[in-house]
Amino acid sequence: MDAFAPIAKVYAWGPSASSAMAVLLGFGFGFFLEKAGFGNARTLAGQWYGYNFAVLRVMFTAIVLSMVGLFGLQRLGVLNLELVYVNGTFLWPQIVGGFVFGLGFCIGQYCPGTSIVACATGKLDGFAYLGGFLVGIVLFSFSFPLLEGFYATGSMGRVLLPEALGVPSGVVVLAVVVIALGAFALTHVLEKKLARR
Amino acid sequence: MRHEDERPAPYWNSYVAGIGLGLVLLASFVVMGRGLGASGAATRFASYAVHKVDASLGGGTRAEADSIARRNSYMAEYLPREGDPFDDFLVYMFLGVLVGGFVAGLGGGRVRFETIRGPQTSDRRRLVLAVLGGIVSAYGARLARGCTSGQALTGGATLALGSWAFMLAVFAGGYALAWFMRKEWL
Repeated sequence: MDAFAPIAKVYAWGPSASSAMAVLLGFGFGFFLEKAGFGNARTLAGQWYGYNFAVLRVMFTAIVLSMVGLFGLQRLGVLNLELVYVNGTFLWPQIVGGFVFGLGFCIGQYCPGTSIVACATGKLDGFAYLGGFLVGIVLFSFSFPLLEGFYATGSMGRVLLPEALGVPSGVVVLAVVVIALGAFALTHVLEKKLARR
Repeated sequence: MRHEDERPAPYWNSYVAGIGLGLVLLASFVVMGRGLGASGAATRFASYAVHKVDASLGGGTRAEADSIARRNSYMAEYLPREGDPFDDFLVYMFLGVLVGGFVAGLGGGRVRFETIRGPQTSDRRRLVLAVLGGIVSAYGARLARGCTSGQALTGGATLALGSWAFMLAVFAGGYALAWFMRKEWL
């Protein structure tokens, strides 16, 4: 059977169909973020202080489910993974950027997606974070000439973990599932321990 | 209809919400061949705002064609010469997130103007830190070419090497600072 997914690419969707789908997917994204409690900074802060590991559980449940779906559908020949956009790897900017992003996350207790949901439900600190984020983008842009060199370092192109580690993708998928399950179990133990204190 | 004094509904079980989010992400891969994103739309809004402010201060069509934003090699990428700068996949997704979050919050009785903060801090302090956190996060997200949605969630599911490096670095950054920020939340 020929792969029929990604549907929009195989069947060459026009811009209006893609835009409508973007709104629909965004709706689901925002809906589940809010239901998970991510429109509330107190839920997100729980990750750092151990009173609520919803961030780790929700994120890894979503990653594991979509990863298994993605690689499973590829194995079945339904989906052509080559046509799926994969973030290019720029190792050093991603490590440094990630660390800085983590600092900002811990100071502001939102990330861009969750702050949109916080704004949608009237959280004033969500507006403050998103406003700061917009200001930060402007500051970044004006300092970009200084950062441009570093921004381009460590460019490796489309690299997937299985290639980087030299093992079949099924092994990596299985390893991520096992690590996630272990992490879930650990969060429940930690929550109980910290609650007793 | 819910009344003001009624207590908001509890949030969903994390695994249930995670399955919902995972199905949305998988649908995005299967239908569109790409994942989710949030900071891309914000970059477009910020670039356009700088462009418009500078163009109106400069006045005339020359300012429009040669604004400070267009001359900036980063913002110029987000300001197409022709067509609507907001006619973009991630901008449409941004609108969807706004509506989806609102509908979910409304269903749970959680839509109200309030400042979320820890028990030992003030609203004002919380808002100042939220602005500061937003600024710092933006630097990180732009340097890494994405945030928790585009890198950690989407790149994580596709097993992109750099996205996993990003994700681990985010947790490292968060935990590195958590002790110093503890009075804000505990």
